[in-house]
Formats: sequence, structure tokens, C-alpha cells
Amino acid sequence: MKIAMKVNSHQVEIDVNGMKRLLDVLREDLRLTGTKEGCGEGECGACSVIIDGRVINSCLVPVCQMQEATITTVEGIAKDGRLDPLQQAFLLFGGAQCGICTPGMLIAARALLDINPNPTTEEIRESIAGNLCRCTGYTKIIEAIEHAANSTSDRSI
Amino acid sequence: MTATEITHSPKTLAETYALLADRHENCRIIAGGTDLMVLHNAQMLQSTEYIDIWGLDELRGVTDETDWIRIGALTTYSELINSPVIRRAIPPLVEASKTIGAVQIQNRGTIGGNIVNASPAGDTLPVLAVFDAEIELGSGRGRRLVDFNQFYTAYRETVLEPDELLLAVRVAKLREGESSFFYKAGTRRAQAISKVVIAARASLKNHVIESIKIALGSVAATVIRARITEGLLLNSSLSNELIEEARRTISMEIMPITDVRSTEHYRRTVTANLLAKFLRQLI
Repeated sequence: MKIAMKVNSHQVEIDVNGMKRLLDVLREDLRLTGTKEGCGEGECGACSVIIDGRVINSCLVPVCQMQEATITTVEGIAKDGRLDPLQQAFLLFGGAQCGICTPGMLIAARALLDINPNPTTEEIRESIAGNLCRCTGYTKIIEAIEHAANSTSDRSI
Repeated sequence: MTATEITHSPKTLAETYALLADRHENCRIIAGGTDLMVLHNAQMLQSTEYIDIWGLDELRGVTDETDWIRIGALTTYSELINSPVIRRAIPPLVEASKTIGAVQIQNRGTIGGNIVNASPAGDTLPVLAVFDAEIELGSGRGRRLVDFNQFYTAYRETVLEPDELLLAVRVAKLREGESSFFYKAGTRRAQAISKVVIAARASLKNHVIESIKIALGSVAATVIRARITEGLLLNSSLSNELIEEARRTISMEIMPITDVRSTEHYRRTVTANLLAKFLRQLI
């Protein structure tokens, strides 16, 4: 079936099996391999993307439901060649170790800050409860998200 | 994931009913996909055809209908958590929704999916069982209401006919002076399937239990009401002795099994402890 959707501000049209996972469409048809597959069953969050403002697991979404959707992947959060404040903070605080969970963590954190620019530590922890880091480097990830939130909200003041 | 899969994305109920009327046994309905896609990804489904109802906006949302809250089948857990009406009228439904998966799942999983997936571990189901829920089903033949406590007939089986679609669930509101309780015992707070899940509501007058409803998940083949224990407690004066008797009664009333998530013994013990926790809060 034909699907028209907006991915990282680009309008795309593809003709695929409607039950193909959004994850596979992103990685195989659109070559956006920043989105990772971990478990393939909605447990690990590595495949997180933002659809119409909400973070979801792209391994559990059949692409037939993406008609006219607006999707943001990790490739789409840097703007005009400048890293997202979250990406800068992950670099600064060592928020990435092996890296497999990092795109999902960045996306989950981006979705949080988009609706709640000044989250508490508890809210940050809850927002990444669906993202597993097998290096268990959660402390640095949480610090990075806190720093990004603070630096962004400072700038907006 | 074969190339021969057919998907339909109807935009109206009438279109959906027409598709369901001609449905064969390898045709499945898909909504938020948080259960179905797991099986699909593992190639555990025989299905060759899918009816995608995610676009049926008329099945979304929460309406306050004075005596009832009507919740559309496609209402997501996130929408329940953020609904001021649900927070006020059915607080345990908010608590239950918060324990399901994490935000990624809460943004996609629907209350209708939780109901028709018919897992004995469905976390909203004990809440629906104690809040006098009624299930609204529709098909080309018309609409009908089914008492939630009559909806499940056996393990993962329901009264839903092949041409029927779950449209909504109607749920009673917490009454003035009534207390409610929800607790899910899982391995961790997020992303865990329950070992025991309990919901209850009760009201007291002069230490006497005037009304009480208790429901449990993951301790029998379907979600169950603890009717023997309810009978023991109803019209009784709440005391430590009564709580001890209720613990013994409920641990014998349930029919848990030992499986990958927990043991029968653990489930009986935890169920009794959680009931006691609720009853002590009422004293």
C-alpha cells in the first residue's frame, strides 16, 4: 500500500506491505539506521521515535497506521548542522557508552522536554523507564538530560 | 511478515462492520499493536489479513455520562492517565494505566486492546471488574451491552462474536465516601507483567462494611471477583480478627498457578497481604 508521511521534516512516499514495521521502513526503505532494534517486542526502547509529538516503539507500529503522520527520528533532532542540546549534553556528561540505547534515550528525552521543559529528576527517570541501557550507565544519562533541560530553559529566559 | 499480507484501514464503523461480516479466521483486528505486533514480529501469527482500526476516531475519548464514564475502545493509557474525568471518578484506572509498560507503550496501548486481548494479567481488568463495567459491542447486526463479569468465558476466551467490534466500556464512578485500592505486584515498576494485580472498592459505616468489591488478575485463568471473600466481609464489623479470616479465605479462593513469572505459593501469600493492606487502610 502507498503511505505518505513526514519524516524529519521531509515528505516521503513509499509503497510497502502495510504490516511492515515502521522500524524496518525507517532503516531499510529510508536508510535511517540511527533507530536501532533491540528486543523487537516493546521492552527495550532502542527503536523509540516520536510520532505526532508522542514517543513510541517503532518495532510495534505497522506502517499502515502512519498515513500522514509526522515522525522524528534521532537523525532529525539536530537542527541546521547544530547538535540538539541533549546530544551536546550526552557528549559532555558521557551519556553514551556502547551507544546502542543512545538514539532511543535521546528520543525519549526529547519527547519529554518538548512537553515538559523543566522536568524533575523523578520525571526524567520515569520518561526513560522504557529505555534499557545494558551498560547500566543511567546516572550519566539522567545528568545529561538534566543539564540539557537547564541549559535550554536558561536560554529561553 | 510475508508479502501476501493484506491490510484494510477503514475510516468508518460501517466500513469496519462490512469487513468484519466477511471475515475469515486468519483475519485479525489491530489497534495500538502493543500485544499483536509482538506476536507478529515473532512470526507466531497465522494471520494473512488485518483490519486496522487505529483510524476510527469515533472510538476515541472519555465522556462523562452522569452515572457512567464512557471510555472509547481506542482510548490509550496515556489519555486515561491525563484525563481529569478519569482521575476524579475512577482513580484506580489511572494507577493501573501508569503500571503498564512505560510511556512508549502507554502512548499506543488501548483500553479496548487490554480487554479483548483477554490476558488474565491485563492490568486494567480488575479495576473494570470492581467498577461495574459494561462492555459495548457493535456489529452490522446492531449493538449490545455485556456485563464485564460475564465477558470472559475461559482462559483468553470471550463472548465476542467474529463479526463484533468492541466499541467502548462504561464504568461506574467512585461514590461519595467510598474508598478504592489498586496494587500491582511485578518484578519492577516499569515494563513488568504482573504476578498479582488487585483492585477493590468499599464503604464503611460505623466500622461495618456496607459494600465491598474485590477483583484479581494473574491468579486464575481469567480476571476474577473474590466473591466468597466479599461475602465474608460484607455487613461484618471490620476488626483485626476479620482481616485475618479474610486473608485465609482469599488465599484459598483464588486458583493461581506456578509459571515463569511467579509461584502458586507466592501468589496466594501476596494476594492475602494486599487484601489485608487495603482492609487496614479502611480502619
